[in-house]
Formats: sequence, C-alpha cells, structure tokens
Amino acid sequence: MSTELPVLKPADFGSDQDVRWCPGCGDYSILAQMKKALAAQGFPREKTAFISGIGCSSRFPYYMATYGMHSIHGRAPAFATGLKSARPDLQVWVITGDGDALSIGGNHLMHAIRRNVNINIILFNNRIYGLTKGQYSPTSEIGKVTKSTPMGSVDNPLTPLSVAVGCGATFIARTIDTNVKHLAATLQKAAEHNGASFVEVYQNCNIFNDGAWKYATDRATKQDNVVELEHGKPLIFGADSNKGIRLNGLNPEVVELGSGIAEDDLLFHDAEAPEPTMAYLLSRMHQPEFPEAIGVFRQIDAPVYDDQLNAQVAAAQEAAPNAVLNDLFNSGNTWEVE
Amino acid sequence: MASTVENISRATIRFAGDSGDGMQLTGTQLTNTSALAGNDVATFPDFPAEIRAPRGTRAGVSGFQVQFASEDIFTPGDQLDTLVVMNPAALVTNISDLRSGGLLIVNEDNFVDKEFRLAKLESNPLDDPDMDQYRVIKIKMTLLTRTAVEELELSNKFADRCKNFFAMGFVYWLYNRDLQPTLDFINAKFGSKPEIAGANEKALKAGYNYGETTEAAISTYQVEKAKLKSGTYKNIMGNQALAWGCITAAKLSDKDLFLGSYPITPASDILHELSKHKKFGVRTFQAEDEIAAVCATIGAAFGGHMAITTSSGPGIALKGEAMGLGMILELPMLIINIQRGGPSTGLPTKTEQSDLLQCMYGRNGESPLPVIASRSPADCFETAIDAWRVAAKFMCPVIILSDGYIANGAEPWRIPDYDALEKIVIEHPGERSEDEPPFLPYKRDDNLSRPWALPGTKGLEHRIGGLEKEHETGNVSYDPDNHEFMCKMRQEKIDKIADFIPELEVDGEQSGDLLVLSWGGTYGACTTAVTQCQAEGLSVSHAHLRFINPFPRNLEALLGNFKKVVIPELNLGQLQKIIKSTYGVDAAGIHKVKGRPFTVSELLAQFKEVVG
Repeated sequence: MSTELPVLKPADFGSDQDVRWCPGCGDYSILAQMKKALAAQGFPREKTAFISGIGCSSRFPYYMATYGMHSIHGRAPAFATGLKSARPDLQVWVITGDGDALSIGGNHLMHAIRRNVNINIILFNNRIYGLTKGQYSPTSEIGKVTKSTPMGSVDNPLTPLSVAVGCGATFIARTIDTNVKHLAATLQKAAEHNGASFVEVYQNCNIFNDGAWKYATDRATKQDNVVELEHGKPLIFGADSNKGIRLNGLNPEVVELGSGIAEDDLLFHDAEAPEPTMAYLLSRMHQPEFPEAIGVFRQIDAPVYDDQLNAQVAAAQEAAPNAVLNDLFNSGNTWEVE
Repeated sequence: MASTVENISRATIRFAGDSGDGMQLTGTQLTNTSALAGNDVATFPDFPAEIRAPRGTRAGVSGFQVQFASEDIFTPGDQLDTLVVMNPAALVTNISDLRSGGLLIVNEDNFVDKEFRLAKLESNPLDDPDMDQYRVIKIKMTLLTRTAVEELELSNKFADRCKNFFAMGFVYWLYNRDLQPTLDFINAKFGSKPEIAGANEKALKAGYNYGETTEAAISTYQVEKAKLKSGTYKNIMGNQALAWGCITAAKLSDKDLFLGSYPITPASDILHELSKHKKFGVRTFQAEDEIAAVCATIGAAFGGHMAITTSSGPGIALKGEAMGLGMILELPMLIINIQRGGPSTGLPTKTEQSDLLQCMYGRNGESPLPVIASRSPADCFETAIDAWRVAAKFMCPVIILSDGYIANGAEPWRIPDYDALEKIVIEHPGERSEDEPPFLPYKRDDNLSRPWALPGTKGLEHRIGGLEKEHETGNVSYDPDNHEFMCKMRQEKIDKIADFIPELEVDGEQSGDLLVLSWGGTYGACTTAVTQCQAEGLSVSHAHLRFINPFPRNLEALLGNFKKVVIPELNLGQLQKIIKSTYGVDAAGIHKVKGRPFTVSELLAQFKEVVG
C-alpha cells in the first residue's frame, strides 16, 4: 500500500456542473488556469473556498469542486473576511468582476484590502456589464456607447490597480486571460502571498465588449503594448525588446534603447519597495501613450488582519486559561436573596 | 437625622439635567445601590441623540428614571415621586411627570436669567403658581459643590462637573441609601486620578450631609427589601444580557462566537460588551458598513461559528438582501435588532416597536425568518439562548427583536448556574470517502433542516448560493416545480418551529371578557396594568408573545376564548395587522409612537375602556 498522498490533477478541482459561460468567453481560460494553479500548489481541496458576488465571473465557484459560496452583489470580500476570520486554516478566494468589485462593492473591496485579510481577490475585468446584457461599467472607457449610454458614457473610468494601491494593498498584480502561463503563475503567486492579494485579469467578453483588450492580446501588437514586470529587472518591451520605460523626474517616458540609452538608464522594477509610489505610477501607464504593465506590481510583508484577530483571542485565552462563565455572571456587584 | 423616616413600598425618581451633567451616571448609581439594598429596580434612561446638545436648551436635556420597590415591579414607574432638576430646561421638560405633592429638588444656582433665555422662558418657572402643588427644595448645588471641593484647588469648571454627585448624595440621604457602593465605584473608576476621585467623593458626602444637617424640613424615606425568588442577583442591562446570552449560547453549543457589526444606536453596546470577552472565544468584527457586517456574519456561519450581527432598524434595512441570502443558504445565525424610533433615522435614542413588519416581511421573495422578542433587560439573556437553539436546530437565521427601552434599562437578574443550563447539541456531518454516494447539502432531516457541513471536511465539498437550488443536491435549478417546492419547503420548516417552542401561557383566567396580547418591551407595563384590572375584579387576562414567527401553536384557540382581544404596541398596529390577517380575529389596538414606553396608567385606562 502506498503511503503517498494522492496527487490531485487540475481536473480534480472541477465540479460536475455544466459550465454556462458563453462559448469563447475569457472566463474559461481563467477557470482552467485556476485548476492548474491549485493542482500545482497541492493545497487540500477541502480546505479551499471560493466566494463570489454577482455577475458572469461570480458563477465561478459552482464550477470548482471546492467549498464555495455564490453570494450577493459586490459583497464577496465581506463574506470572505468573515469566513477567513473564523477559519484561518482555509485558503479563501474571492472571484469578482469590474462591476461587482468597483461599483456596488467598492466599499468592501477597499476595506478587505486595507485590512490586509489573507484572501486572494481575482477581478475579472472585461470593462462591461455582461450578465445584465451590456451596460457600461466603472472601467469602461469614456465615450463608451452601450445600451445605457447611447450617446457615449461621460464618466471617468477607474484603474483597478490604482484603487488597490490607494487602499494600501500588499500584493498587486495584473495578468491576461489569453496569456495562460502568466495567468497560472500569477494566480499561484497570489495564493502564496500572506495577506490580501489583488489580481486584475484582462478578460474578454466576446458578446458585449469583444476586443476590449485586443491591443494586449493580439500576436501582432501585444509586445509593443504590454510590458512584463519582473522584480529587479529593467522595464523593457517591444517586439524587438528595444524599447524601455525611463523615469524623467516623477514621470515615466517611453525610450528606445541604443543611441545613448542603455538598460541601466531604465526604470528597474522593485515590487518590494516599502512605499507604493512606483506601483501607482506603473498602474497609471495606459494605452496608447504607454505599454500597460502586467506581472506583480507590489508584494510586501505586512501584518495580516485575520492573524492578528485570532492572535488577540489566543492571547486572551492564554492569559485566562481557566475562564468560566460562572465567574463572568458573578462579577461586579451581586447580592443574595434568601 | 431627619425628624421622621417614612416606610414606603416603592419610589420613582428622575434626575434631569444637561446632557453633560452626568445624569445617566447618577441614575445608574442610585439603581445599583438600591438593587444592592435588596430592592427590585427598573430603569428608564432617556437622552438626546446629540452627544452634547447646546447647553441649557430643552433639546439638550438628559434624564434617568428609576423605580425601586419592596415588591415585584415591572416598569420604571409612571409618575415621579421625586424629580431632581439641574437647570430650568430640565424643569420645564419634566415637571408634568411629577405627581402632585411630589418632591422637586432644584439646583437653584442655575435658575438665572441667562438659563431662562437658553430654555426659552420669559421668567423663572419656579415663580409659576402651579409650583404650589409640589414640595420644592431649592439648593445652591453649584456653590455648595465648589465649596466642598475647595481644598483640592480645582478650577470652577472642574469642580462644577462634580455637582451631580452632590445631587446624588442628597437623594441618598432622602431615601436612606448606603453611600458605600458609590464610594467603591468612585474608587474603582477614578482611582488612578486621585483629584477626580477625591472631588467626587467630597461632593457626594457634601450632598448627603447637606440633607442631614439642614434636615430640609421633610421626612426621609425607607424602601425595604423586595421578596424576590431566592438566589444570587446582579443588576443587568438589556444589551449586556443579550451579549452574555450569546456568549453562553456559544459555549453551550461548543462554538466560538463571531460578531459582525457596525456601530449604531442603540445596539452598539453589544459590540462593546462582546469585544471585552475574547477569552471566551469571541471574535468581533467592526465592519465598514451594515451590509459587510451581516455578510461577514454569514461567512463565519458558513465556516462553522455561532455567528451573530447586531443593529437597529436603519441597519436592518441595509442588511435585508443578505438576510434573504442567509435564509436561502439555510445557515444558522442570529440577527439582532435593537429597535428605535423610526422611520428613517427617526429618533435614534428613543424606543419603539415599529420594526416588526420589517423583520417579518422586509425581504424580497418568499423569505420567512423566525422572529423572537425579548420582554425585559434580564430576559434578553434567555432570549439569546432560545434563539440560538432554534437557529441551530432548524438551520436558519433567527431575528431577535429588542428595543431601546430594554437595551438601556436595567433590572435585577437572577444569576444562573452555567453548569445547570441545558447544552445545545450541534452535529456536523463527518468525512466521506470517494466511493460513498455524493454528499447532498440540501437533504433534510425530520425537522426539514439540512446538514451543516463545514469547510475543511473531506468529501463534503459543496457550493451554496443565492440562486434557487435543486432539492437535496443544492445545485442551481431554474425548474418551476422545484422552485415552488423549495419555497414551500422553506416556509414549512419555519412553521414547524411551532412544534418546538412552548405554548403561550395566560396570566389570569383562560377565557373571559378581555385578552391583552402583548410582545416585546411592553411586557412590564401590560403585566402591571392587567394585575390592577384583575385586582379590581375585571375579567382581563394577559398573554405575552415571545415567538412572533412562528406563533405558538395554541394562540388561535386562545384568541377564541375571549370576547375581546386588545394588542398594545409602540407602533401603529403591526402585530395587530398580523393577528388579524392570520386568524381573522377582530383585535383592537392601543398604539403609541412617542419614543417613550407605555405608562401603566394609560394602559389601565384603555383596558378598562375596552372591557367596558
């Protein structure tokens, strides 16, 4: 008899439910890479929980053979905070979308991140409301013509990673649904981080917002439009790896390597910088002026909410190992009636 | 010594002053001292929503009323025997509650033109001829307090803060109360600041001695010990009793307690109290909003904790969607609503019972939840335990209704022996191997409850959510017949709780002319008024509902035994509506929405009118 634990394969993380996303949806890729990441990680399936809100992405938990909760719109980070606080032994994932996380759930996202609850928040950003059939979202570009904005939207979009920086996130990353290797690796890094991990995934909605991330996914253009961050390495991109990002004062600029500009002149990525200034600056690089960054923007060690909450309980219990309720009941002023 | 000591069976006293005058502390001390003296006590704190409303104004008046007695009492009293007022605004806003012949104790130093203007008075209200009906004692409390603490060389501002202790001392003399419990309190609370402790102690003694040496030309009063059921007692407030009840319920069921809460008046004290008891395995989460508070609670319930959330009407409104989720998830948890005056922000610090319909019906879809209401401060302890028994047995959120009057009121609590309390047995399904048939998260037992399978248990991995689920498997289902089946099933489960809860008891005859049907915090006033009706030979009985959803199984039969039914409520007839529509009974209502509890006398008058 073998004493080795059975090794779970990616397929072992899939539930028996039919996946009902539209054919061609970017969500399929994220689901597949999540299963791969979990299998590679080797964490017990029964100790894993997926919590989601409402929206297309939020059907995700039904398709995983782990514990899961499909909750209410925007509130998944709050459910996850309660679950993780009560059960720090679990690995808790939050699956959310741009509408779920940044519109109705903006408050909970902000607070889960600033508390640094040890959960992994994966935001599927397709820049549209899919499940309600195509209204603009808080990440839709200005001028977006949708069912609810026939003359174009007039509100400024949010950059999810800038929001995360503003909340003091200890792990911030971005990846792309079609870049499967990068996606799986990023999910794994998020799982390994101790604290709130925030990952934005560029995800294509082929029904209501097809091609939203075309510039970052098309074979022909992606290398010129995306710069992959690696800790300690210079920011170099382009089909010929001949372009880079240089800092000019507090402003980034795109430069061509050669003709007097060497790698050492470029901005070197420091994901572990104590201050989030550079992470913010990188999050503000948008098309078409700049390539958009993917990878881990920031990863720092900081006190974790659920650790501290449970440490306080443990400390109080340790200080009073024989605490009994009868002592509480009889504390303070009491009197006897014969 | 005063010339005479009069023995009386009960006394009702109110302290009224600016919200910064320390009236709540003064009243609390008199309450505790009286309880320790063996009296039965009941209190009614009444304060403005503003922390420091403009000084000297009518809006800024804060009051604390206490009744202590040598017999069982259920209310803080209707009319006042003694009213202490620290300024003119306190006098004009409270004087109508003082009985004719009652004692009015006045801080004379504040009866000056400036204070009259602040209170919007043309002249000194003490000069009003109506004052003749009271026995007025004018005391220069500010001056006397300053003199008493003179040797400590405090600023006047500082010295003036002690004048509530002077007033307290005078009332202690008047009612022959022992100073020692309050001296102990001063020492415990201010011991680390000797000048404050010293000043308060001097002021307290100065007030007492002032009564003794001036004899104030009146007799003093003595209230003997009450004949309560034997046991050890302590004074307890409603929110504290709820908190302790929750800790106890968690221990009885071998669970850790998780509270998700957002600060709101008058519920916040439960959060404060529970946050002190981490050593009993209590985790408190002060959420970013009401919604996050209930959602975190559901998350903790999923994780296997005894999870609770606390709030008041406006917060419960925000929690509505998540409460519906809790209902369809069929996870156990407690949702505690300390009702206050509504609608909207309403009267945050005042009491009302107007969230009953909200709690019964305030969710989308067919979303029944059990509702249990506590009736008094000490009863909150049992209510929490009973609610958790139901939640755990029937796998559902349970709503507890309390109110501001119960929450802040205090009464003697007969301390139970924890070891004698009945355990709450909760079983979670164990691990399953791959060759066993798949786990069915919505397969029901005889109570129609589903299993509480905990994350971390191998082989029980399952998904729950807000979408309609298939019978037994819990998988998402849009099947029309299944949806109707599940809606009826969830309703039936809640209805079945009626088999588990006790029948409704009647105080008085089992049939007759009039049944007074009450719920929640009106218990004391209704009990007292009905007892008086019965003493006068009227055919009036009383039944007090603890469970409102479901109703006790004998309620319908009971309603039929009486010629008339009257339902007194601090709302415009919410239980009345439910009773009428459920049983087709033509119940009358007595309604009050003034942010104040019923007085016994107003109920008495109306009961007599109904019974004819």
